Amino acid sequence: MATRAGLDHVRELLQLATGDEKHEESSTSTLDALWVLYDRVLRVDPDSPRDEDRDRFILSKGHGPSAYYAVLAAKGFFPEDVLAGFLEWGNPLGSHPDRNQVPGVEASTGSLGHGLALAVGSALALRAKGSTDQRVVVLCGDAELNEGSNWESILLAPRRRLTNLTLLVIDNHSSSIPMGPWEPRLGSFRWDVVVVDGHDQDQLYDALSSRSHERPNAVIADIPEGEW
Amino acid sequence: MVSDMRTQLARTATDLLEHDPNVAVVLAEISVDRFERAIAIAPDRVINVGIMEQTLVGVAAGFAMEGFHTIAHTMAPFLVERPFEQVKLDFGYQGLAGTLASVGAPYDYGTEGGTHHSPGDVGVVLTVPGTDVLVPGCAAELDRLLREAYADDRLTYLRASVAQNDVAFEVARGRLEVVRRGTRATVVVVGPLLSRTLTASEGLDVSVLYTPSVAPFDSSGLAAVAGPDPLVISVEPFYEGTLLPSLADALRHVPSRFATVGVPRRFITTYGTVEEHDRELGMDVAGIRRRLVAALEPG
Repeated sequence: MATRAGLDHVRELLQLATGDEKHEESSTSTLDALWVLYDRVLRVDPDSPRDEDRDRFILSKGHGPSAYYAVLAAKGFFPEDVLAGFLEWGNPLGSHPDRNQVPGVEASTGSLGHGLALAVGSALALRAKGSTDQRVVVLCGDAELNEGSNWESILLAPRRRLTNLTLLVIDNHSSSIPMGPWEPRLGSFRWDVVVVDGHDQDQLYDALSSRSHERPNAVIADIPEGEW
Repeated sequence: MVSDMRTQLARTATDLLEHDPNVAVVLAEISVDRFERAIAIAPDRVINVGIMEQTLVGVAAGFAMEGFHTIAHTMAPFLVERPFEQVKLDFGYQGLAGTLASVGAPYDYGTEGGTHHSPGDVGVVLTVPGTDVLVPGCAAELDRLLREAYADDRLTYLRASVAQNDVAFEVARGRLEVVRRGTRATVVVVGPLLSRTLTASEGLDVSVLYTPSVAPFDSSGLAAVAGPDPLVISVEPFYEGTLLPSLADALRHVPSRFATVGVPRRFITTYGTVEEHDRELGMDVAGIRRRLVAALEPG
């Protein structure tokens, strides 16, 4: 399947997947980070989406997956015209992604606070297999990190020195409890923390493509309120 | 073979771990001492997450996503009740296989109070579609059933308990054993209650069937023994009536009567030994006989 790169094209595709307006801000605030991941960071193959050697990406928050779907379609994981049936009966693209229906989706998510533990397990499993260079990236929302289950995993991952794990937080300030400041908070759990402009693709690339050799990695993509 | 189910669980899991690099064990502090050899064999595949049960199940599912058969283990209320949504979504909804192996149900930690009891565990797990629920009657059966769950690579809840039967059967998932034949009723016994039920039903003209396999349930096996106008009495080591939907489904083509003998559906607020709780809750030999006799009396 031919792929057409370019964020402008992804934005066009995003216009096909309508009907989930309540999650629109949740979706568009992930767009730059998702595009950088799939265009420049993750080693994934749309022709072999479950290839053993791939990097893993989990959209933990699940909400607002239309940007995720648009990126996957642009990269050739499934035909672009599938986006036009978003949320419709018989179409695999629902308002939360399903790993058993959508090629390229690693985990079925939507209930908040599940993806990080799955990612920790996946990272541990890859290490147990002897993998040294594969990465697991999990995207959480700032409000999702209200969920206590995440903090279990935030405690566990440094204990296990999961340097192959990256927690990408899209901080669009949707949490009614402010979650920052991120560096001291996650740093006190012994994560390597970088805060970047969530719309600046070069900053996102630099942060997401680097990797600590001592600690799990946290990249905080800051999206100011109103700039979703 | 060892004498208690909990030690057998660790031994069988360790053996599987030793012979298959695609087996992992995830613990949450409970039973870590019993897995010391496993940790020495495969420290990257035996993970003690600490006291974090949601993450216990989530991490186990993460291993399963990578193709491992994972055995997640802790006490029953903290394995399937506290992190129930992780069981439902991280394993069930994702369509992943693995073994969730518990100890302590229904009230093995008799002095610990209601926070540590779990007579509702099996009922909870049965709400997750496609999950096998296995309640072995002794250590030898646990060994056999854990190996079967591993080999078939299905999502399985395996419940180890302190109580055990005097005899072991060559059990298999989805199979009832006919232990005794009678005419007035068919008694279906689950897991470690068989020996005491056989004693309790002495002199009663009843068939006694035994199974550790709550799900899948041997519907055809029950229908074949129960006959055309049956009275079926379940004896269950969990909340009474948990098995009833399976019994009713098995006998849906014949007019049937049912009675249930199980843990009463109320919170347990007493402290003491397992035996003392059995006596209080009508789950000892005398209590089971009393309840069987009552069920056999004409309505």
